[in-house]
Amino acid sequence: MDWIDALLIPAIKSLVVIVVLLLAFAYMTYVERKLVGRFVRRYGPNRAGPFGLLQPIADAFKAIFKEEVIPTEVDKWLYVICPGIAVAGSLIVFGVIPVGDSFMAWGRKITMVVADVNVGVLYVVAMAGLGLYGIFLGGWASNNNFSLLGALRSTAQVITYELPMGLAIASIATITGSLRFGDIIAAQKTLPLIILQPVGFLVYFISGMAEINRSPFDMPETENELVSGYSTEYGGIKFAIYFMAEYINMIVMSILVATLFLGGWQGPFAHLSPLLQLVWLVVKAAVVLFVFIWVRASIPRVRYDKWMKFGWKFLVPLGLANLAVTAVVVALVA
Amino acid sequence: MAQAIFIILSLITLGCALVVVTNRNLFHSALYLAFVFVGVAGLYFMLQAEFFAGIQVLIYVGAILTLIIFAIMLSRDLMNPNVRGFNRQWWAAAIVAGLLFVVLAVVLWRAPWPAAPVGEPSADFIAELGQALVSPAYVLPFEVVSILLLAALVGSILIARER
Amino acid sequence: MQHYVFIGLFLVVAVLFPIIAVGVAYFLRPKRPTPEKCSTYECGLETRGPTWVRFRAQYYLYALIFVVFDIEVAFLYPWAVAYNRLELFGLIEMLIFLGILVVGLAYAWRKGALEWM
Repeated sequence: MDWIDALLIPAIKSLVVIVVLLLAFAYMTYVERKLVGRFVRRYGPNRAGPFGLLQPIADAFKAIFKEEVIPTEVDKWLYVICPGIAVAGSLIVFGVIPVGDSFMAWGRKITMVVADVNVGVLYVVAMAGLGLYGIFLGGWASNNNFSLLGALRSTAQVITYELPMGLAIASIATITGSLRFGDIIAAQKTLPLIILQPVGFLVYFISGMAEINRSPFDMPETENELVSGYSTEYGGIKFAIYFMAEYINMIVMSILVATLFLGGWQGPFAHLSPLLQLVWLVVKAAVVLFVFIWVRASIPRVRYDKWMKFGWKFLVPLGLANLAVTAVVVALVA
Repeated sequence: MAQAIFIILSLITLGCALVVVTNRNLFHSALYLAFVFVGVAGLYFMLQAEFFAGIQVLIYVGAILTLIIFAIMLSRDLMNPNVRGFNRQWWAAAIVAGLLFVVLAVVLWRAPWPAAPVGEPSADFIAELGQALVSPAYVLPFEVVSILLLAALVGSILIARER
Repeated sequence: MQHYVFIGLFLVVAVLFPIIAVGVAYFLRPKRPTPEKCSTYECGLETRGPTWVRFRAQYYLYALIFVVFDIEVAFLYPWAVAYNRLELFGLIEMLIFLGILVVGLAYAWRKGALEWM
């Protein structure tokens, strides 16, 4: 184990992952605006560059050069630090997700994951809770009634929907016998888990959309009741960073759904080339992302108290029942 | 290298812990407490107890800290700068804390620490942990835990529920 | 062990990123604050009443119920991973464990502790 293996390669991998995620975020905003526009028969962004393709870059420059306004009433320290916590929390989740098998380069075997740890899924669930404090404390620090309400809602929603998510993951683990992403992907070699776990998939998908505050469950920022929720007092680069955290969460969630239920990087001919594995993963994640946007464009927002009730009184019992049924079926088969 | 990482991690954890207790703003304290919990999880990682590190972040950062923040929001005069940091019972608390420190220090001092590494944990430790949980040795504590959780739930509902 | 060094490295890069982004913007953007500009926006009107007030115990209760069930799920993970190797006894034990907690959920449900107010 020399220093190239120990430090240089993981450092390069980390940088590559983060840069790719940032680019994906930039073009995700473009794709979403374009798609939502088409869904309601608008054009979406089409001024900056051909087909509006330069729009994300224009947005980035706007955010960087925008004047900084820190309201006098805010808790300044938390106000400045919280967007950073939110985005760091969403970035580090990606560290354990494999995007392919491995390839040889310069005589070294390079695995296509930063670290495929034994407790991978647990790590993802745990770290997702960390970014939450960026949102909660940022909303609190804004010293604004609506921001605080948005922050409170965000916390309550995320903790409520973490339970069904955990139950769905436990159901997967009874089948795969591991929490490592590599093993879970390998277990789906013949059959993706969505076929064995349709209810688990549904539970995971819905709670996943709640965890990342996607419309129709975007309670923390319901613009018709809370102005803009936790991010109301933010502007310029700090708002952009919150926005980034939200979209990176969305991308990570789509890749998690693809990895846990759709077979990850596996697919026809995927063993031929690592590039093809990457393509399979991206295609699967893109389908999930499209569904996220499709749902946003089609379904009106639910009411908050009903939404919380749905989580506790429907999704949690459903997750428990699914786990019990899965356990019994696995016992019968084995 | 492991030693250097350990020292840096401990210093960060202890520094954040110090800020938690000295800071006047409880929400700042809550954020530092999150850093402390993550730092402790890092120490678990260094001990190769990966599962416990994950659980540490999941339970302490994800759940307990939320509970603490909601508890902070229950307190009166939260942002009043005139509230004193000490109350009349500070000396009693200091004595109890000092006693606890002495007890812990003695226990740690007397404990026979292994001089050599105890060996690598097996690759399958999560499954082994799961087997141990339902094995005859631990099944009673395991079921008692669920009773304990039930009691905590019922008790908190009885106390906190507004009639 | 090696894996966690990688994760630590990844964490450092992930934390550096927002610092750099905010730092770059700090040098590039204009900053001309005026009292009017720096007042709280909220919803476009003057804010009413203080924000940092005492909240109801209901929220605390909500978080507490969550903690109880989160610990339950934490116990479920190792059990689920080991499930293939367990005897029937393991299944029954877990069902008892879950059963006791379902009683708790039912109790919270009946007492209305799961309602958001």
